[in-house]
Amino acid sequence: MTNEGGTAAGRQMRMDGLDIEFEALPGAVRAFHAEVNEAQWLEGCRAVREQGGRLVALWGGDARSARGGFIMRVALVAREGLIILMLPLTGASYPDVGAVFPAAGRMQRATRDLLGLAATGADDERKWLRHTAWEADQFPLRKDFVSGRRPHHDLSRELNAGEPAAPRVTGGRIPEQTTFEAPAPPLDAYPFVRVAGEGVHEIPVGPVHAGTIEPGHFRFSIVGETVLRLEQRLGYKHKGIEKRFEGMPLADGVRLAGRVSGDSTVAYSWAYSMAVEALATVTPPPRALWLRALLLERERIVNHLGDLGFLGNDAALAFGLAQFLRLKEDCLRTHHALFGHRYLMDIIVPGGVARDLEPEGMNRLRSEMNALEQTVMLLKSIYDEHAGLQDRFINCGHVTRELADRLGLTGVAGRASGQAWDMRVEYPCVPYTELEVRMGSHRNGDVAARVAVRFDEIFESLRLCRMILERLPLGEIATAIPGVPGGRFGVGWIEGWRGDVLVALETGDGGRVARCHPHDPSWQNWPLLEQAVLGNIVPDFPLINKSFNLSYSGHDL
Amino acid sequence: MYQLLKQIAVTGIKTEPYPEVDESLRVVGERLQADILASFAGALTIRHVDAGSCNGCELEINSLNNPHYNLEGLGIRFVASPRHADMLLVTGPVSRHMEVALKRTYDATPEPKLVVAIGDCGCTGGIFGESYASCGRVSNVIPVDVAVPGCPPTPVAIMQGILTAIRARKK
Repeated sequence: MTNEGGTAAGRQMRMDGLDIEFEALPGAVRAFHAEVNEAQWLEGCRAVREQGGRLVALWGGDARSARGGFIMRVALVAREGLIILMLPLTGASYPDVGAVFPAAGRMQRATRDLLGLAATGADDERKWLRHTAWEADQFPLRKDFVSGRRPHHDLSRELNAGEPAAPRVTGGRIPEQTTFEAPAPPLDAYPFVRVAGEGVHEIPVGPVHAGTIEPGHFRFSIVGETVLRLEQRLGYKHKGIEKRFEGMPLADGVRLAGRVSGDSTVAYSWAYSMAVEALATVTPPPRALWLRALLLERERIVNHLGDLGFLGNDAALAFGLAQFLRLKEDCLRTHHALFGHRYLMDIIVPGGVARDLEPEGMNRLRSEMNALEQTVMLLKSIYDEHAGLQDRFINCGHVTRELADRLGLTGVAGRASGQAWDMRVEYPCVPYTELEVRMGSHRNGDVAARVAVRFDEIFESLRLCRMILERLPLGEIATAIPGVPGGRFGVGWIEGWRGDVLVALETGDGGRVARCHPHDPSWQNWPLLEQAVLGNIVPDFPLINKSFNLSYSGHDL
Repeated sequence: MYQLLKQIAVTGIKTEPYPEVDESLRVVGERLQADILASFAGALTIRHVDAGSCNGCELEINSLNNPHYNLEGLGIRFVASPRHADMLLVTGPVSRHMEVALKRTYDATPEPKLVVAIGDCGCTGGIFGESYASCGRVSNVIPVDVAVPGCPPTPVAIMQGILTAIRARKK
């Protein structure tokens, strides 16, 4: 393994046993980029997989005007950092990555829906993000896509005539009597995998759920109360975010990035800003970077508090919900007082941050966090000792370490199943390079483990916030972003509270956004939820679902 | 169990702890209860429909039930089915993929029904606007009584939106 010259932009890097020359990308992420051919595309993926690496994202682009064809990109985590392979296509197909990284499956299906680029040899060719908003022969992310032309909802029409059938499912814990259903009649008919057998029946749930949560469809096949199979149908929230990015001025895109998944607005706005700064080869002032980390850790604390409350509530301990939501509300009010927004939206901007932190604000944060830590410790001991709660948590929604590794489980849920991935630890950017983050992790992979990791991470984030407040550098909070020429490519990569968020950005004419692909860790983790629920009873599903707490909006785009 | 009970006692009642919000909340609360008594026999039930939001508005709707805002204390409750609901609380620009589900939810809600659109996206389509995948604001798809701006609107603003819709119904 040679890595000549670290991450300085433009330097070359090679991976052992791989005849690909990588070029270091500029910016805060330790990232390398290489243009590859079809053979290298697969070799690169396999080499990273053999190393023990994982897939972060896979997406395509329409580069017909600039390069005369479409391109595909895949982002992988290898020992060296973030590896991005770019494959120029001669036609509209590319070699399937799903056989190496199963997590790529849905991303490939989405790429087909949005760009008409097909993965040759993929075992599931059903549509994914496309329901009824556009026809099968239309591709929204192609530059010549005419927005506005859309089919009317004709309730009598068969919309999936000619759609590929459900794939043959082999292996795993799926029952053997699996047959494949004929298309159901109404609306977005989608060929679900049907489980047949004596006493098996289906429970369709959603898209409108029985609570204040996002829309999606879950198809349970059950015997008695036991779940034999869960199949998800997502894409209900697809609102054309990637298309909306096209043509935006770079500076404006951060508002949209901050609304890809509202609960992760800090992570997305940081990742987007990081990508812009990479394109412009600008480094924000140190104070801005440290403040960003403070905001990111606060976002993590707030979300974990909410999750812990709802997890208690889903196991019938309403006390937990009241207590944790009270703590969360106090934090949100502090955010409003100090930064002007309860969820810290639009505080991180390309070049720095939009709001500074005054000394009295720092004092308020310190005293609030001291009180918070004590209360959370007490609540943790109550959760730990509550027999009814632990009975629901332990061995519920189990994901083994092996399964998590094979399917690429990431983020909080991954760390609860022995997947030691935390970008703040492994590929830290400033200021994490100086903070020595201690990774929260657990091996059991059940709801109890995901609860435990959340508690650990709250305490760790509180420690990090204190260190940041102690060592917060003085100085400016933003630097100007110069004009960026067209044809540049940059990435931002941030460990958000749910997992690692990637934003890949390309500029076009006039330095505007030509293509922006925001990637949410939920892409990797949704398929694991299908696995985690197997063999559990239906009433445990809300609890298991909440323990993952995945984003629909961040996934559906 | 001792610790749990002690924590409840130590925490005390957290509803309305915030001086400046306190007053307005109390006024809202009194009016709201009177109006609910008059129009909806003392209890208002809400079905929330996320029609394509970024999930920011959902965070604030969830906040309504935290001890500080304690929406249920006013006789307002979230229910699991539109058939049990007096009001739909709709968030997001309506994605084209949620258009039919939203219409069906609206049709399933018995009369008299109210619709409150939540957030900048629900009011105008917000940053997502109208596109191949988005129908834009909620009123492009179903009739809306009250629209509450904000990104996301604060819990107090959402409560005021609910009140305004009930008042409009009375007139």
